[in-house]
Amino acid sequence: MAEYQRHEHDVLVIGAGGAGLRAAIESAHSGASVGLICKSLLGKAHTVMAEGGVAAALANVDDRDNWKVHFADTMRGGQYLNNWRMAELHAKEAPDRVRELEAWGTVFDRTADGRILQRNFGGHKYPRLAHVGDRTGLEMIRTLQDYAIYQPIDVHMECTIVSLLKDGNRIAGAVGYDRERGRFKLFAAKAVVLATGGIGRAYSVTSNSWEYTGDGHALAYNAGAALQDMEFVQFHPTGMVWPPSVRGILVTEGVRGEGGILVNKEGRRFMFDDIPENYRSQTADNEEEGWRYTQGDKNARRPPELLTRDHVARAIMKEVREGRGSPHGGVFLDISWIGSRLSNAEAHIKKKLPSMYHQFKQLADIDITKEPMEVGPTTHYVMGGIRVDGDTQMSSVPGLFAAGEVGAGLHGANRLGGNSLSDLLVFGMRAGKYAAEFAARQSSARVDGQNADAIIHSALEPFDRQGGGEGPYQVEHDLQTMMQELVGIVRREDEIKRALDILKTLNDRARKVSVTGNREYNPGWHTALDLQNLLTVSEIVARAALERKESRGGHFRDDFPEKNPSYGKFNIVIRRGPNGEMQVTREPIPEMREDLKRIVEENK
Amino acid sequence: MDAGQSVREEKTSSGNQSFARNIVESGQRAAARSDTSAGTETRAATFRIWRGAGASGQLHDYSTNVSEGMVVLDAIHQIQAEGATDLAVRWNCKAGKCGSCSAEINGMPRLMCMTRLSELDLKQPVTVEPMRAFPPVKDLVTDVSSNFRAKKRIRKFTPRAPDAPDGTWRIAQSDADRVQEFRKCIECFLCQDVCHVLRDHQLHEQFVGPRLLVHAAQLEMHPLDILDRTDELKESHGIGYCNITKCCTKVCPENITITDNAIIPLKERVVDKYYDPLGKLVRLMRGKKSTETGKGEAR
Repeated sequence: MAEYQRHEHDVLVIGAGGAGLRAAIESAHSGASVGLICKSLLGKAHTVMAEGGVAAALANVDDRDNWKVHFADTMRGGQYLNNWRMAELHAKEAPDRVRELEAWGTVFDRTADGRILQRNFGGHKYPRLAHVGDRTGLEMIRTLQDYAIYQPIDVHMECTIVSLLKDGNRIAGAVGYDRERGRFKLFAAKAVVLATGGIGRAYSVTSNSWEYTGDGHALAYNAGAALQDMEFVQFHPTGMVWPPSVRGILVTEGVRGEGGILVNKEGRRFMFDDIPENYRSQTADNEEEGWRYTQGDKNARRPPELLTRDHVARAIMKEVREGRGSPHGGVFLDISWIGSRLSNAEAHIKKKLPSMYHQFKQLADIDITKEPMEVGPTTHYVMGGIRVDGDTQMSSVPGLFAAGEVGAGLHGANRLGGNSLSDLLVFGMRAGKYAAEFAARQSSARVDGQNADAIIHSALEPFDRQGGGEGPYQVEHDLQTMMQELVGIVRREDEIKRALDILKTLNDRARKVSVTGNREYNPGWHTALDLQNLLTVSEIVARAALERKESRGGHFRDDFPEKNPSYGKFNIVIRRGPNGEMQVTREPIPEMREDLKRIVEENK
Repeated sequence: MDAGQSVREEKTSSGNQSFARNIVESGQRAAARSDTSAGTETRAATFRIWRGAGASGQLHDYSTNVSEGMVVLDAIHQIQAEGATDLAVRWNCKAGKCGSCSAEINGMPRLMCMTRLSELDLKQPVTVEPMRAFPPVKDLVTDVSSNFRAKKRIRKFTPRAPDAPDGTWRIAQSDADRVQEFRKCIECFLCQDVCHVLRDHQLHEQFVGPRLLVHAAQLEMHPLDILDRTDELKESHGIGYCNITKCCTKVCPENITITDNAIIPLKERVVDKYYDPLGKLVRLMRGKKSTETGKGEAR
């Protein structure tokens, strides 16, 4: 029998970024005993990297804003594949969640009259993003962390979950290991909240940290939960492209919100060239109007740099492909030009974009107050994830909840910037609340010791093959390169099919990888285990991408470059079939409520 | 539409000409950079890395090919992938935002992800060691849990009642600025690593250290917080141990002026309360409440 420590909680929250922390806090408020699993140290999760801000219709800067406009913006950005109930709840509840953060210590930037300042962002009609310079995510995670440590929450740091446990149909807990000593832990729980973030490490150019290996997606899939919208991966238009070792690191959309412009190597501002029909009425058609918008002129329309991320990323790709890109395969993003409009431009840039100033100065020897940056698309976010009930965030497995990036529905085919930080607050809170309620109604689940033994045995297999096969890093590297090339920003049927073939080979190789050393803080072993999850989610993304024979939001098919209205009526859903095969189905989107339809119409 | 079009053309043809030139010149400079350091041109470098479990261990030399744009963390990852698969290193974002990859590089406490190889002399081996102020776990990983325990000992943020009927507050940006400096902290604990009270004297349980004093300062100077933590700073957080050598400020990757802006003002509060005889007398006569008022006035 395998050895493990046993822990018992009413609610087990897996993941300690913004969504996980907010869920844990809410479960604790509800009186549940809570365990919180951090893959890293507390406060280091990927939320720290969010820069631009948190979207909420506070209407502090523009009083025309309200939840209805935010709802309509989110649906338009998501190309109407969103779970409209989630979009509604999100728009209605985000302001309260943001104000609550202030009560817990967040110090947002302020308006002249001392209220929370809001900034412009792509796809948001009015200035809507509450922010702290360009380090909003750090501020949020620190606030939640510093609030949570005083709550009755058991924090398990540097702990990775390898499998969920079930009792019949319902969730029963999870098995994981602690990184430091490699000891196994069994968590018995009445409800589990997955808040594990995204899948960015499946690609070679990504803004995501090492933790983003699709753990929650794979855990849920393996436990029988349905995933949806997995073809929609967001490629953020502006990642660093030089030097090579920093390729992919995020350059916040806030640069464009503050007046930054995109230009090709000829110095031409190409974003005016192609403005999509559904945004034409809201987009400036000249540079002067665009500039006035970024400076708060309420009568001006937003510059085309602030169109949705999917569109901007493709426009950049087009410039690069047609030979007008920058020397290292990107385009130029320039904020220094505002020096011709503002007398204190240098100080202003440093104040509003301090991390960006720092990042370029330190990593690329570029002073962004004087010179343009080179930028190009980078894998940033997955809109798809675990299919949940919009109100409770419960998945198709009773007792299994999901919040934040690992959940699906709010963003549809494309997420608006700023809507992820509000997502994790609104639905982190809801998941925590309903998980605690669910747990309160249940008796303890039975945990099957034999099952746990088998999971632990399988997790240790890379050691048993010691010295036998190749290491995990090469397989991971080959997977990332393959996904980038074949299931990346531009997709084609033949390439996706080739990706699926290659995935079979990679799976075979992954099953044979061996690691050396012992179980104590062994990154090779950790990579070997994470690799399984990456392979699972990569296949799910590829299968969903193959099924959607149209282009919409984050999913662009070179062989079907247009949007097909008939594909706007369903989500692509993937589950594990009875024989372990991936089942791909099309699930119709429920008819939108009449009042919400009217809101969409009124805001067209 | 026509009017807009003409504005745009006008801008492009006259006002923006110098701007277009700037872009073209930047492109040339960027291209020039790529000739020397786009990652195509590599050379061998040696990294002398601490390997060991617990207290025992030694430095091992690893040779790997590097290019100029790389940072130390890239080299460590490359060495892992090239064979040292179990080389333990803590890292997350690789963008200087999470504060996980703290280490001592050629003896200097730095973030591995923000230390470019071009800043180092690669003719000599580059030494990479764990933070020495903390108990070693394995290789470059240390046990930093004392920092998390210390934070819990500081009383939590406690706001005043909301200013407006809708439950919100009004804060001037100038008041926000003061604490936003402290709230930039990424908890890399490099300041703790370099602090001689912790590093040489190992007083982790008596002295919370510069990171947590920055945290306390952020609470004490927070525009909304109403607690007075002067007593606990003196009695249980050991602020008196700090003798202002300013080493912490020097190593902060976020450039927080730890000593001058955070620690010294807190020390002054302790001095005012405990060592100012006149103030003490006044407080004795007025009772405890006066300290709260005093704090409000100080802001």
